[in-house]
Amino acid sequence: MYVAVKGGEAAIEAAHAWLAAARRGDPAVPELGLAQIEQQLSLAVDRVMAEGSCHDRGLAALAIKQARGDLIEAAFLLRAYRTTLTRFAAAEPLETGRMRVLRRISATYKDLPGGQVLGPTFDYTHRLLDFALAAEGAPPPPPAPEAEASGAPMPRVSEILAEEGLMRREAPGEAAPPPDLTREPLRFPAPRALRLQALARGDEGFLLGLGYSTQRGYGNAHPFVAELRLGEAEVVLHPPELGFPISIGEVTVTECQMVNQFAGAGDAPPQFTRGYGLALGHCERKAMAMALVDRALLARELGEEVAAPAQDEEFVLLHADNVEATGFVEHLKLPHHVDFQSELEKLRSIRARFEAERAAPRAEAAE
Amino acid sequence: MLSRPEWIAALARASAEELATALAAAAPIPPHRRLRGPEVGLTMLRGRAGGDGAPFNLGEATLTRCSVALEGGPVGHAWRLGRDCAAAEAAALLDALFQAAPERAGPLLAPIRARLAAEAERTARRAAATEVRFATLAAMR
Repeated sequence: MYVAVKGGEAAIEAAHAWLAAARRGDPAVPELGLAQIEQQLSLAVDRVMAEGSCHDRGLAALAIKQARGDLIEAAFLLRAYRTTLTRFAAAEPLETGRMRVLRRISATYKDLPGGQVLGPTFDYTHRLLDFALAAEGAPPPPPAPEAEASGAPMPRVSEILAEEGLMRREAPGEAAPPPDLTREPLRFPAPRALRLQALARGDEGFLLGLGYSTQRGYGNAHPFVAELRLGEAEVVLHPPELGFPISIGEVTVTECQMVNQFAGAGDAPPQFTRGYGLALGHCERKAMAMALVDRALLARELGEEVAAPAQDEEFVLLHADNVEATGFVEHLKLPHHVDFQSELEKLRSIRARFEAERAAPRAEAAE
Repeated sequence: MLSRPEWIAALARASAEELATALAAAAPIPPHRRLRGPEVGLTMLRGRAGGDGAPFNLGEATLTRCSVALEGGPVGHAWRLGRDCAAAEAAALLDALFQAAPERAGPLLAPIRARLAAEAERTARRAAATEVRFATLAAMR
């Protein structure tokens, strides 16, 4: 129960003024610009876009600045802003197989068409603090090396396996538009399209923990990264006034195809199945965790036993959204004075009865 | 000569400065009026399950659109990612101009298309430099 209470205005104003000052920090230190955040904290921007479920680097950078670097708060700000905008149109599905690849690796095939392209990765770095970065004013690093690009196509690893009949094919799409979490509430059992949408905007930390749990035995997974891709995918719209599809730009996405064995059931032969991860921006950990959890959630459709937390779609989907989760956890901070008053009174009356009952037998015994 | 989808794709990726330069080069600009926008909204981006299966909603992206009509002439439309209203309006006007005179699109958009091609080429060359060259004694399959 919430009760309107007057009297906090001055305190709240002072608190917000202090917040603004704390956000700025020491005025002797130069203020952080949005371009600096967007360029130099680019993975934070990507995470806020993915979890804020809105691709706009400038808005995500602003949200990070306003939230003092609290990325969940920033995702919350971005989600709130997006509700003020009208949706003009849905885009055609991204053709990730044709993305302009920045990075593409496979842990299942060493030699594969198109090769192993490392891209700008933390992999193989030593994870030692680089104090050279602490010295400000250093000249920018030299431009990244270049080499002759072959232009060779990069077929999906999953397609190579599917050609051989070793990979379960994805069901083709229906003509109807896919269900949309932002327009209708989650329903269970949730179709895969709804699950993928929820996972794509889900909290990276929550999905990472769940994905990890499937590897540690809670869900019987033995996954391989068939393919991990980072690249720029073309956005195609079909505006009604034009009558033909148009290309309106590119978005950077990370895609992960995670391969798992499947013993076969009923008419289905033993074959590989895949979990799929796709997220806005460069966020490999998120895409990989999403792929692990997507595969775990396929248990029901594949007739596998649903026993582990990561296989329980209600548990996963209802708790993956960090904006919802933080709203409910953090609302506990708000005044519950009247609520708590009633709890206090209830406890006092129960305690009084308890004490009275404890005293009564003694009184009887004394008689 | 560029097709309309080709010039629309270039206009959608051009910066406001690049479009202002193209408009200046297209002078004199005939009388025109805005029919719609420029206005900022959203588009829902979609992916496919497994990359090639049924579509799902991935997340939204900001989108700006604008429509401009030449007096007694064609209507130009612009749709672009992001929130640059000046760029959207210039792009819609250029789309209208190019419909009236398609032969002008190629020359006026040449610098923009060259910049986009150079950026794509540089990305591809940087990626190629990070391709692993395995040194093994025998090919493995």
